[in-house]
Amino acid sequence: MTVLNMRKMKKNQSGTIAAVRANGELGRRIRDMGLVPGTDILIRGRAPLKDPVAIRTPSFTLTLRNSEADYIDVEVA
Amino acid sequence: MKTTIALAGNPNSGKTTLFNALTGARQHVGNYPGVTVEKKEGTCLHKGHQVHIVDLPGTYSLTAYSMEEVVTRDFLVNEKPAAVINIVDASNLERNLYLTIQFLELGIPVCIALNMMDVAQTRGVAIDIQKLSELLGIPVVPTIARSGKGKDEIIAAALEKINNSKNQPPLKVRYGDDTDHALYDITAMVETHQHLTSTYPARWVALKYIENDEQILSLGRASNPELSSRIEKLVEQLSDHLEDTLKTYPEALIADHRYGYIKSILKQGVLSYKQHHDRLYISDKIDQVVTHRFIGPLIMACVILILYQFTFTYSELPVGLFEEFFGWLGNFTNELVPDGLLKSLIVSGIIDGVGGVLGFVPLIMFMFFGISILEDSGYLARVAFMLDRVFRIFGLHGSSVMPYIISGGIAGGCAVPGVMASRTLRSPKERLATLLTVPFMNCGAKLPVFALLVAAFFSEHEAAIMFLITVISWIGALLVAKLLRSTVIKGRSTPFVMELPPYRFPTFKGLVIHTWERTWQYIKKAGTVILAISIILWAMMTFPALPAKDAREFDTQRTKLLTDMGSAQIQGDETPFSHNTPSVKNKEINADLLSVDAREAEAALKYSIAGRIGTGLETISHLAGFDWRTNIALAGGFAAKEIIVSTLGTAYSMGDVDPEETISLSEKLSKAPNWRPLTALSLILFVMFYSPCFVSVVCIAKEAGSWKWGAFSILFNTLLAFVISALVFQVGSLMGF
Repeated sequence: MTVLNMRKMKKNQSGTIAAVRANGELGRRIRDMGLVPGTDILIRGRAPLKDPVAIRTPSFTLTLRNSEADYIDVEVA
Repeated sequence: MKTTIALAGNPNSGKTTLFNALTGARQHVGNYPGVTVEKKEGTCLHKGHQVHIVDLPGTYSLTAYSMEEVVTRDFLVNEKPAAVINIVDASNLERNLYLTIQFLELGIPVCIALNMMDVAQTRGVAIDIQKLSELLGIPVVPTIARSGKGKDEIIAAALEKINNSKNQPPLKVRYGDDTDHALYDITAMVETHQHLTSTYPARWVALKYIENDEQILSLGRASNPELSSRIEKLVEQLSDHLEDTLKTYPEALIADHRYGYIKSILKQGVLSYKQHHDRLYISDKIDQVVTHRFIGPLIMACVILILYQFTFTYSELPVGLFEEFFGWLGNFTNELVPDGLLKSLIVSGIIDGVGGVLGFVPLIMFMFFGISILEDSGYLARVAFMLDRVFRIFGLHGSSVMPYIISGGIAGGCAVPGVMASRTLRSPKERLATLLTVPFMNCGAKLPVFALLVAAFFSEHEAAIMFLITVISWIGALLVAKLLRSTVIKGRSTPFVMELPPYRFPTFKGLVIHTWERTWQYIKKAGTVILAISIILWAMMTFPALPAKDAREFDTQRTKLLTDMGSAQIQGDETPFSHNTPSVKNKEINADLLSVDAREAEAALKYSIAGRIGTGLETISHLAGFDWRTNIALAGGFAAKEIIVSTLGTAYSMGDVDPEETISLSEKLSKAPNWRPLTALSLILFVMFYSPCFVSVVCIAKEAGSWKWGAFSILFNTLLAFVISALVFQVGSLMGF
């Protein structure tokens, strides 16, 4: 088990969110969307220009910028 | 008094679809006071009773960050709807219930409409509705908003809830020992001092203090500064403690516990997966193609082109019909009303003004219809996803592309629907920067001006220059956006975090309602202002009228010519008043008559307020190479950009010039002594960047929520354009062009 920054994850790599280190508006947005520790995610892909990143949770898909993904640590197998 | 029920829920949960199913055509759209968030209200008939329904903006949470959330919260606590129907997407239960929990903590009577049960079932999700209802302690009704299934049941449940409600106590979620302890203490303080409790439940106020909620903090400071600072100190202690022990923030901890609470409910047999196949299978498959590295942008380019074609080609027929109708109305009035000021006011002021307002209606309808398809289907979010990297450089958002394209990013658009298309942006700063810069694009009305000047001075490189003009306007708009975002609309970018909703077929009913309400808003809100301004502009170009002496001078010339014509007819052997075979002599006299009219129009224009402004500005405008004629034409361009051509025609004594047929005018300009290619270039740049036409200005003011921004776009753009033109003209002159 290793903890990886979300920006460093590859396409189709999956894992479980370990920590969301953002506070303020960004932190709230991320949590409101259901990205809290314990959520399973999968990197579904990146936009044609490598940014933003699209991620899948078991029930929906969302996208965030790489600069926002920096605040999320993911535990990968 | 009618019972008010509010609809609330996540974006993309089918909230608006349920609202449409409930209210049908009995709805109207307004704005919440002071903000640009749409307020939708309607009436629903239930067993002979009228129920007032308010569709609250879609939100994920009840924090106070976005305008949508503040509006939702304020409505719930201030207007106190009798009940809230919370639309919950059954296939995405966990995240949707996050909002539900917050409603319950606020202690408002809630019913759940468990929507899209059909989708959930096909995705293999089984939900024990009975159990969910028991565990949350509120009614849960399954609905399928698209077909209207369950809509009577949910209203019945809400009404029953209202009748039986014995003031449901606010839900108390546990947030861990430390937080609970602080929460308990602060709640006690709030209760003893009755702090904000006239509006909010005590525990909720305490919770919001811990969550560092800006709105509650400022309300609290205003109502009881001493108590507020004591509470804030407690929160600070808690915050430090959590940071030391758990390395987390109170608000993060609270969110985690809310999700934990939801998980614990779902695990008690509420949610079960029948089969473990990928539940977003189809959407994922589509996305693999549609957002593919190479194919994605290609498809996007095609979709954008099709939207553009759809908006501007298919709307041609209704636009033409409108034009014809108003042309006919103008002619009709022309014959009915005697010559004079009244006629001029009716024809040139009112009919042209109303025609101008309504002329945009088909464009706006087609644009919104097209955009609604993209928005409702889920594709627009993908466009934002693919283009965000580019637009972000300039402080904008991936969704900014649509307003730009529609405004003339592909030459020939229109800034009015473009400005309105910026509504699809949910980030306030990015949205403002977008709607202030879209008028730099080359709308269809600027094209005749460019065509005229290019034909007169750069005819060898026509296509290349026209392409260059498009490129320059894009660069200019994006750079100005960057400038605005680092000065007047400064600030960190709004978080991009955005759902990529599953693809769905838009419902036709939804599209029609969507399109119509937005179009009607334009007619209602912008229409009256536009009419008033068009009358003012008419007056500026008409008054003061030529002094009687000068007018008589032209009359004398005309009378003389008419006498000549009369004598010519007597001399000739033709039947008097024959219009079929006028003599050569008569043709000449007719031409002279027209030229007298044209010279009179020129003189009248120069004498009017607009003319005086134009002449007065000559001292400055010659820096950019513009004389008084150009100045008046540019002033006229504020009414509508194509008027620049016709005003220039009048100022050069050409009589009526059709913007589509400008060969004679371009010949005249190319021979005029004070015109050279550099002057034309300077004018092209000025027209590209100066003040938007007033219809756009009105739309900008309405969409930005303040006339300040309307005024800003007039002044800033004109100044910017002048600086660019003057710079180009002066440097060009020095270099000998």
